[in-house]
Amino acid sequence: MATVFADKFDDGTAQPATEAMAGSVAGKVSAPAETKTASAASPLTGIMAKWGQTIVAPVLGILAFLGLWAALAPQVDTSLGALPGPVQVAEQGVSLFGEWQAARETEAQFYADQDARNAEALSAGNPGAVRDFEYAGPPTFLDQIFTSLKTVALGFGLATLVAVPLGLAAGLSPLFNAAINPLIQIMKPVSPLAWLPIVTMVISATISSVDPILPKAFVISALVVMLCSLWPTLINTAVGTASIDKDLLNVGRVLKLGWFAKLRRLVLPASLPYIFTGMRLSLGVGWMVLIAAEMLAQNPGLGKFVWDEFQNGSSQSLARIMFAVVVIGFIGFGLDRIMMSLQSLVSRNHQI
Amino acid sequence: MFARDGKNSGLKRRTVVVAMLASVALAGCGGDATSEAAAAISVDGQPEKPNLKLGFIKLTDMAPLAIAKEKGFFAEEGLNVTLEPQANWKVLLDGVIGGQLDGAHMLAGQPIAATIGYGTKADLIAPLSLDLNGNAITLSNKVWSQIKPSLPTEGGRIRHPVSASALKPVVDSYAQQGKPFNMGMVFPVSTHNYELRYWLAAGGLNPGYYTDGDVSGTVDADVKLSVTPPPQMPATLEAGTIEGYSVGEPWNQAAVQKSIGVPVITDDEIWHDNPEKVFSIRKDFAEQYPATTAAMLRAIIKAQQWLDADHGANRAEAVKILAQPNYVGADEEVIAASMTGKFTFEKGDTRDAKGFNIFFDKYAGYPYYSDAIWYLTQMRRWGQIPQDQTDEWYIEKAKSVYRPDLYLAAANKLVADGVIPAASIPQTDGFRGEQSGFIDNISFDGSQPNAYLAKFPIGLKQGQRVAASGVTGQ
Repeated sequence: MATVFADKFDDGTAQPATEAMAGSVAGKVSAPAETKTASAASPLTGIMAKWGQTIVAPVLGILAFLGLWAALAPQVDTSLGALPGPVQVAEQGVSLFGEWQAARETEAQFYADQDARNAEALSAGNPGAVRDFEYAGPPTFLDQIFTSLKTVALGFGLATLVAVPLGLAAGLSPLFNAAINPLIQIMKPVSPLAWLPIVTMVISATISSVDPILPKAFVISALVVMLCSLWPTLINTAVGTASIDKDLLNVGRVLKLGWFAKLRRLVLPASLPYIFTGMRLSLGVGWMVLIAAEMLAQNPGLGKFVWDEFQNGSSQSLARIMFAVVVIGFIGFGLDRIMMSLQSLVSRNHQI
Repeated sequence: MFARDGKNSGLKRRTVVVAMLASVALAGCGGDATSEAAAAISVDGQPEKPNLKLGFIKLTDMAPLAIAKEKGFFAEEGLNVTLEPQANWKVLLDGVIGGQLDGAHMLAGQPIAATIGYGTKADLIAPLSLDLNGNAITLSNKVWSQIKPSLPTEGGRIRHPVSASALKPVVDSYAQQGKPFNMGMVFPVSTHNYELRYWLAAGGLNPGYYTDGDVSGTVDADVKLSVTPPPQMPATLEAGTIEGYSVGEPWNQAAVQKSIGVPVITDDEIWHDNPEKVFSIRKDFAEQYPATTAAMLRAIIKAQQWLDADHGANRAEAVKILAQPNYVGADEEVIAASMTGKFTFEKGDTRDAKGFNIFFDKYAGYPYYSDAIWYLTQMRRWGQIPQDQTDEWYIEKAKSVYRPDLYLAAANKLVADGVIPAASIPQTDGFRGEQSGFIDNISFDGSQPNAYLAKFPIGLKQGQRVAASGVTGQ
């Protein structure tokens, strides 16, 4: 039953997918293997080896990369000047922070002025002139980061809400699985950007109120994220549910557990590690998709920041884009770590 | 600053109602009312929708919007405006039609095309023209080096205007090698497309026709034109995808500065003082929010006046504002290269271009019907309008899109308040009369579009239609 999802296990074992699916960074969920090998040697060399692996090697790697970057970047001469090195990129990071502070001051000033004017109007006995405007300045880099995070959270949340029940159903019922499998196989490889025009048109047609609760652009981005990050969760959930030990299900039958109790006490606990593995993959995909969707659809967020800077074509544009790329990478890494700790949390308590 | 006298508010409301009725009436009868009748209207009052989001493309001619915001003209009119850059003209157009944007800095052809149903059909109007001139045509270094030796000179410099006929041998050599000669413009109904086509056709090169339902416009083309968003023009030229382009500033000066291309002609040399961008809103927006519309227009007119005040005394400050990353964002010197009365063609060949951007002088803000009709004639000339239309049709369509009545409703109040001189508003029936100043010396009379179309050697004639195989008809 699980074999229809041909992309699932390469090795054919039925161990939880944490190791099978996760990338190279991820193999450290369970007790790391190197401690076992180290215990055979003297404790000191063990500690040395461990430090070497966890601290020294990564730092050396990063330093080597930065060195290469600093050396090679000036060699590349683009029409926007030479490619910026790490120093220029860091400088632009600082100046972006400065812009954010300046924007905050402007905003505070705007509200202070408005309050002053309103107080003046009230004291002059003219309540009609009281204005309650939201500050309408341009979004800063930090604003865009928060917008993107909110969008990915909504898209990912929706995807999980749809994918987990569907996956459970597909795992429990071979018939249902057979019915939706072709659809999944066809929709999964579709590029996020191909969904974009369709989603845009549909949302533009459905949200017709003058002042919607959620801005259209936000909903469009979130839905594109959902459509693309749905599949890993769905497939993993289905595989996890399908690979429950038959003995467990038989025990459930003997105890005459109802459908809901069976789901709660047997199926969910057994498939949770798989579900979380799927969710972790989904979030990674979602974050990647979101930046692309924002770039193309010009919806607010980090993607729009990158595209606007590209369009500016000023001498600082490239450094600012690179800084944004670094930030995007760090955020993606952070999201992945959060999911990883959740994943290890749920798989620790359920040794099947 | 915003305080309104309580005693007057009833009167103000009445004015708004009158104006609303008037604008509905005007819309109802296809805008047949003359400007004299509209001149009596002056809309005032609290904006019904003070929080607005306006779109723009990163080009220097969005300046009136940036200035209206940064110099506080929007705030003076009681408006709280967000300006949002858009990726390309299509996204911007869809944003206005779909209501994500309340209005936008737009290509003059866009509201016209939307109204006649070329592309997305929607009722958009242009109550104000943003500027005159402001574009140029740039060629790649490679092509420039091929045509430069053949160009006539005077006083040690290339004689202007440069004719596209100089390009003909290069295009022919491409054809002999079986390669297409590609050039870029920003949108199928953009000024830049029509200007580039006009320039090519005036030099004897056919820029291709549009068939019914096809937007590539390359039937019978000597030069194949394609769409590239303005800010990506230099990158696309550099990548070798196109050999030249027609675009607004700062993207021609950017090519000079980056040494990737050479501007050969400004649009002012193709058609002297041609109308360029418009400020466009949905027709229903203007009907629903007459006071907001008037307030927006007043703020933009003030900004236009500020931009042209004292022979460009404020331009340096305008350049600083436009260079902010949330507006045009290009380097200051690149923006200044065209905004401050000079224009650089080849490196070292900087010439006076006093009228490169006109925002307020020469009635730049007034939406003349004849300007809309010129765009309609070019749509017919290249097949975007697939079949012949009567002169009345052209005039009627122009009147349903270009709305001098709304412009006057805003401008008259500014005159009454002594903000702008009365002489800055033209006394006109909406037609500029016979216009010359075209590179091919063909004159244009807006009241006779079909007679004008018959004058062009390259372009569709009476009774002709375009099929995929070529032009059919007489």
